[in-house]
Amino acid sequence: METTHAGHVETGPKLYVLTWVWLLVLTAIEVTLAYFHLPVELMLFLLLGLSIVKAALIMAHFMHLRFERLNLVVTLIPAMVLCIALLSVFFPDGVRALRLAVR
Amino acid sequence: MAEKVERLRFAEWGGGVSPFAVGSKKLGMWLFIVSDSLTFSGLLVGYSYVRIANERWPMPFEFWPTIVMATVMTFCLLSSSLTMALAVRASSLGDRARVVRFIALTMLGGILFVLLHAKEWAGLIAEGVRLWENPWGVPLFGASFFTLTGLHMLHVISGVIYLGVIALGVSRGRFTHEDVEISGLYWHFVDLVWMFIFPLVYLLSVKMP
Repeated sequence: METTHAGHVETGPKLYVLTWVWLLVLTAIEVTLAYFHLPVELMLFLLLGLSIVKAALIMAHFMHLRFERLNLVVTLIPAMVLCIALLSVFFPDGVRALRLAVR
Repeated sequence: MAEKVERLRFAEWGGGVSPFAVGSKKLGMWLFIVSDSLTFSGLLVGYSYVRIANERWPMPFEFWPTIVMATVMTFCLLSSSLTMALAVRASSLGDRARVVRFIALTMLGGILFVLLHAKEWAGLIAEGVRLWENPWGVPLFGASFFTLTGLHMLHVISGVIYLGVIALGVSRGRFTHEDVEISGLYWHFVDLVWMFIFPLVYLLSVKMP
C-alpha cells in the first residue's frame, strides 16, 4: 500500500489481479454448475449466491468501497440488501406458481 | 494537531460539510449506481419469477457457441474491469500516458463484448426469436432476454463512449483524478450487472446434452 498525493490509500496492482483471478474462478464454477442436473430452484440459489460474492468482490476492491469511509458504505449497501430481500419474496412465489400450474 | 485532524478525517461519522469524505461528483455517481441497480434488479426479479414459474421455459443455449461465447464475453468484461482499476491507479500516481493506455484496453474489452453480443442477438433473431414470439412457444423468453441484455448492452455502449471522452480529455491534460475514478465506478458497475445476467439468463437456460 502506498499513499498518493491525493491522500487516498492506493492499493497495489496485486490486489486487483488477485480479485480478477478469483472472479474468473467463480465464473468457471458457475459454468460447470450449469451442467450438473440440479433442480432449477437450487441452481438459482447457488448461482445467485456466487453472483453476490462476485458483486461484493467487485464493489470492495475494484470500486474501492473497502477503502471508503464506513459512512458511505452504510449509505449505499441497504439498497443492495433490499434487492436481495426482494428476490427472497418473489422466488418462493415463483415456485408456488409452478406448483399451481395446470398440467 | 495534524494527527487529530487525520484521525477525524477517517472517523466513521465525520459530519460537517463532507460526511462521506468523497466529492459531490463521486457521490452523484454512487447514487446513480444505486438507482440503476434498482432498475436492473427489478428486471432481474421479474425475469427470474417467470423463469421459475414456467415449466416449459425454453433452454436453447448450446455449449458451443452460445455458452462458450458468453463465457468469453464475461472474460472480456472482467478483464476490462481489471484494466480500468489499473487505469484509476495510474491516474492516482499521476501517470497520464498509462491512464490513456489502460482506458484504451478497457474500451477494447467493451467493444469486443458488444460485437460478440451483437453476433449472438443476430443468431437468435435468425432463429426466429422476437420480443413477442419465438419457435419454442414461450413469448416471455424473447421479451425478458432482449430487454435485460439490451438494457445492459446499452450501458456497455454508453460506457465505451464515456471512457473515450475521459481518455481523450486525460490525454489533453483536462480531467482530474476524480473524473477518471468516477468513470471507473460506472464501468465496474456495468461489469457487476453482467455478473448477475450471465448466470441467471444464460446458465439457467443451457441445453442439456
